[in-house]
Amino acid sequence: MTEQIASSSSDVTENGLRGARPDRDAVTGVATGQRGKRGGKGRGKRSGKGRGRQGDGAPTVPDAEFTSYYNLPVINKPVWSSLDIAGYLFLGGLAGAASLLGAGAQATGRPALARVSKVGAFGAGVLSLVGLVHDLGRPSRFLNMLRVFKVTSPMSVGSWILAGYVPLTGIAAASSLFGKAPRIGMAATAGSALLGPAVASYTAALISDTAVPAWHDGYPEMPFVFVGSGATAAAGLGLLTAPVNQNGPSRAMAVFGVGTELAAFERMKRRIGMTAEPYSQGRGGGYIRAGKILSMVGLAGTLLGRRSRVLSTVSGAALIAASAATRWGIFHAGMQSATDPKYTIVPQRERLREVIS
Amino acid sequence: MAPVDIQIGHRPNLGGAVLGDTDPATQGGYQNHPPRMGFFTDTSVCIGCKACEVACKTWNAIPEDGLVFTGMSMDNSQGLGASTWRHVAFIEQRKPMAAQDPGVFHDQDVLALAGQGSGTSPDQSAMTPTTPGANGDFRWLMASDVCKHCTHAACLDVCPTGSLFRTEFGTVVVQEDICNGCGYCIPACPYGVIDQRKEDGRAWKCTLCYDRLSVGQEPACAKACPTNSIQFGPLDELRERADARLARLHEAGVADARLYGRDPDDGVGGDGAFFLLLDEPEVYGLPPDPVVTTRDLPSMWRHVAAAAATLVGGALAAFVAGRRL
Repeated sequence: MTEQIASSSSDVTENGLRGARPDRDAVTGVATGQRGKRGGKGRGKRSGKGRGRQGDGAPTVPDAEFTSYYNLPVINKPVWSSLDIAGYLFLGGLAGAASLLGAGAQATGRPALARVSKVGAFGAGVLSLVGLVHDLGRPSRFLNMLRVFKVTSPMSVGSWILAGYVPLTGIAAASSLFGKAPRIGMAATAGSALLGPAVASYTAALISDTAVPAWHDGYPEMPFVFVGSGATAAAGLGLLTAPVNQNGPSRAMAVFGVGTELAAFERMKRRIGMTAEPYSQGRGGGYIRAGKILSMVGLAGTLLGRRSRVLSTVSGAALIAASAATRWGIFHAGMQSATDPKYTIVPQRERLREVIS
Repeated sequence: MAPVDIQIGHRPNLGGAVLGDTDPATQGGYQNHPPRMGFFTDTSVCIGCKACEVACKTWNAIPEDGLVFTGMSMDNSQGLGASTWRHVAFIEQRKPMAAQDPGVFHDQDVLALAGQGSGTSPDQSAMTPTTPGANGDFRWLMASDVCKHCTHAACLDVCPTGSLFRTEFGTVVVQEDICNGCGYCIPACPYGVIDQRKEDGRAWKCTLCYDRLSVGQEPACAKACPTNSIQFGPLDELRERADARLARLHEAGVADARLYGRDPDDGVGGDGAFFLLLDEPEVYGLPPDPVVTTRDLPSMWRHVAAAAATLVGGALAAFVAGRRL
């Protein structure tokens, strides 16, 4: 809708007017909230089109009538690219949980699992830094992130955490790969396992600390979705790359990850009501559904194929993909909720009404 | 309007009780600062001339923001953004002219309406002033929007580089030599004010003409406004002026008139730039109940800590259970 407005494509030709947009007939007031009315399809509440696609037990929300300014968004949507930032949410979770898995594997004598987890954590950590720097409008100024420390800015807190975390994973991975400096390696492993949970969870505060309705409203459950999703990905990495006989903890972690993520997500969707719509609609909803299916398939394969190398590999890949799909889904659902003024205006109106009555 | 004489270093006479909480410059660490400056935009006298948009662009050397014909109204700049720091909204309504509406001859239960206040539920919005009226009724609302320079500014709170800062006038300004274009301030703003300039990479917004204020001049938009719809001055004074104006409009029968962003107890602690509107805020593209996102941040951090602990617990459990799986 807004894209249409932003790029005028109408033209007067010898055959008359071409490409004229319905925006010319735009009305103000209550009617702007009614999609169906725009194209002259008659009066009524919101047209049924958008609602029909809502599936899988999403909370039923009464059709909302609302007023907006030509249906333009109230807030400016994030300028973040999905590859960089959704990718970062995914890689940060993978890295953080993998650091825990690696440290535990080392402590319990599972060297192969420890190695792949540490290398995976380092790889994901470095890639996430690349994504973060690449997403900046001025990448050459990335060090300005360390100019100040602000607890009011999850991005500032996160930058400092990553500045400590990624080098530690590097040392842990190098020591494990080359078998050098075991004591330093051990200390680095412990350090990265200490910071890992922070890396995996703070990104939830990062996206929730915005005016994006689907992100902000979900803030109490979002960190649990994120650590669950991170655990799912790290378990998947273990299953994909480590020998089956060392992967007991990975399988248990997959159960924990998938369970935590799905339970927290369901709870969030039920609680936030209308602003949860984008999580089951459009692009965001598609990714979320894909993530759910992949996690169930991956978890089933993990538990059924405990002795099968092939099944473990496939399940591991499915779990990693599930985690990525969930992050992309959350990212796009947030974008959808920022673009549609309904999600900003209706809950605020409801809130005002509750305060008054 | 005559330029306001700003005495830098002048210590405002604030009683002990007033100091602190509500004065952003004091909170920002300024000791001897000038009074908090802001805008009062009275949309009831806006004529939609866009002189403010032009003056702002000219003074601040803002690049072109898209040569777009929207076809929806006289509004082609559509909203505030990186290169649009003043934005004039145009709303056409099938409603009687505001000044001619006594606001009492409605077939409505006024006591029930009074109990409900100005907030209208979506299911009852058929009764709002925005409902299209009878043919022949027509009014045109025009309003010049701008950065609100919030008392509790989310953009400022979340900026990880310290590029956004609070000035001695209590306004919020981006230091473009520091901004690295992380874009965090953009979705943090509950009003959709600040945005990234694509070709430049950094975030930009209204500075309340910090440079002009610093030499005792009023901002370019207020200077250019031919009807005094945009009024600039010390916020305390503007609030008094706005209250008086609102009372006069109500007396004259303009029942729809209301102040937006004036209340220091709202979700952002009150706006440094506030408005007199003739309809619900969302009609103008403004959020009806904006809240600074960082109000919930302490709770967010607590949930993050709980989730991190859950992850550690889950991992420990995985290694205990992992022996049998």
